[in-house]
Amino acid sequence: MRRLLRPTATPDLHFKRKGDIIMNKKTNWTTTTVSILALCALLTLAACNKKENTAQSNNAPAESTAPPATPIDPATVATIKGTVKFDGAAPKPPKIDMSQDPACKGTNEAENVVVNGGDLANVFVYVKDGLGNRTFDVPTTPVVLEQKGCRYHPHVLGVMAGQTVDIKNADATTHNIHPTPKDNREWNESQPPSSADIQKNFAREEIMLPVKCNQHPWMKMYVNVVKSPFFAVTDKDGNYEIKGLPPGDYTIAFVQEKLGEQDQKVTVAPKDTKTVDQSFKAAGE
Amino acid sequence: MIIAGALVTSNDAGLSVPDWPTSFGSWYKIPKLVGGVKFEHTHRMIAQVAGLLTIILAVWTARVEKRRWLRILSYAALGTVIAQGILGGITVLFYLPPAVSSAHAALAQTFFCIAVAIAICTGRKWIEEQPRIEFDERRPSLFTLTLCCIFVLYVQLILGAMFRHHGLSWWPHVLNAVVVSFVLAWTAVRALTLYSQVEAIRRPAITMLSLVIAQLCLGFTAFLTRVAWGRDAVQPELPMVVSTVAHVAVGALLLATTVILAIQVWRHVPVALEERLPDAQSDASAA
Repeated sequence: MRRLLRPTATPDLHFKRKGDIIMNKKTNWTTTTVSILALCALLTLAACNKKENTAQSNNAPAESTAPPATPIDPATVATIKGTVKFDGAAPKPPKIDMSQDPACKGTNEAENVVVNGGDLANVFVYVKDGLGNRTFDVPTTPVVLEQKGCRYHPHVLGVMAGQTVDIKNADATTHNIHPTPKDNREWNESQPPSSADIQKNFAREEIMLPVKCNQHPWMKMYVNVVKSPFFAVTDKDGNYEIKGLPPGDYTIAFVQEKLGEQDQKVTVAPKDTKTVDQSFKAAGE
Repeated sequence: MIIAGALVTSNDAGLSVPDWPTSFGSWYKIPKLVGGVKFEHTHRMIAQVAGLLTIILAVWTARVEKRRWLRILSYAALGTVIAQGILGGITVLFYLPPAVSSAHAALAQTFFCIAVAIAICTGRKWIEEQPRIEFDERRPSLFTLTLCCIFVLYVQLILGAMFRHHGLSWWPHVLNAVVVSFVLAWTAVRALTLYSQVEAIRRPAITMLSLVIAQLCLGFTAFLTRVAWGRDAVQPELPMVVSTVAHVAVGALLLATTVILAIQVWRHVPVALEERLPDAQSDASAA
């Protein structure tokens, strides 16, 4: 019995193996291959279709069916302003190496925590709660996002849902603009030098929506999409100002991309000008 | 191609060319190779050459190869490279979903293993060599162990790819590294203690063991540079790119070496047929 099982002198396929039985079956490989290819083609088609839909949605103007804005008495509106501080030793911003692209000239450093003499820049401040069911007109003027020196200007942007964002490329290189939202539609478009502006809008409210350039991986910025016009971004001195707020009780949120969110409750009376300062500690403290 | 793909991921350049199958709207124009485009478009060009070579391989094999299973293997290589291209396209069009990107990474190494298997089985040594048959009576058999190695390595590959593509945390990959090390060490020790006289087994077993050690070191380095030190990096830094790309490349070599070992064990140290086909034996005895 054992002798029968020994291999022959044939260089391969010396004796019968389980695999041989499988391989000798008349399997219709052509049908299988064609089916797989057809499935892949369908998936590709679906992908292209999704992309087109995405582009349409993002390029569409603000919906004209939006409810009319709730009237606000301009004689009673209040203002909230203040300064955002950073507690502790300011982190040294890391230098960015832009040698990957010779068109990216000058020096660049990370903007994830920008502190000037204890003042914290690029904090998004907005009315998080207290506006009730009020609705607001979406501004017809676009907000501008510029790519210059292979960095975004501004680094943190506030925009109303449906408001147009006008994206410019002032560099002598191609950028791609790629938002990676949680609640809005994702898109990714390249913008060569001297090309027309790209105009987009974001339909849903979303705070600290990251935008990046995959050609220059250090290029990152954040778009904040809100439903009301009551928002601001702190300047290099940590200052902000929110005007035209109707009297009431509000929750003001201060959001920093790395340090997180802090909220404050505030009550404003008619024609009030209230100072609301905020401070952030270094992450982990 | 695997290194080019790993460079794309490590440099976060996967979407630097936003369209597919065209590149910036063109089928043939080479864009300015700067920034992320340098990695992504180079990867696409290498993939095109690999696809072309695989078509030639499949046609050539179909025309001259007598062994049916080898012809099927070459068709499998062609099917894999086509599916790989389509997966690469889908992952671009869907903005790098972790599952698709991980499938793209895993299929790349599957293609590599198929190509290596074809190279082994069409080599002069394979054709001219008279196998030294030594029946394996230990259980689990060495062949079973090599299959286990391939399985745990494949799981490890998927876990690693899922981590790299932000679909999973790092710890399942690290945890499975312990399992991989154990199974591969067991297999290598078994192969080297029992069949060290068979060169076709000894060489891949030693290579596999060496690669496991190198891979563990590279994995540790990649963990340090990417996870521990590079968590807040504002851009991909050279140490993290080098360590992760080397980790992917050595991982592919390790998987291919294990496949070679499995093939050589299948050829040189078979399990006795009466144990693999008990029905056939009983039929023969009855007759």
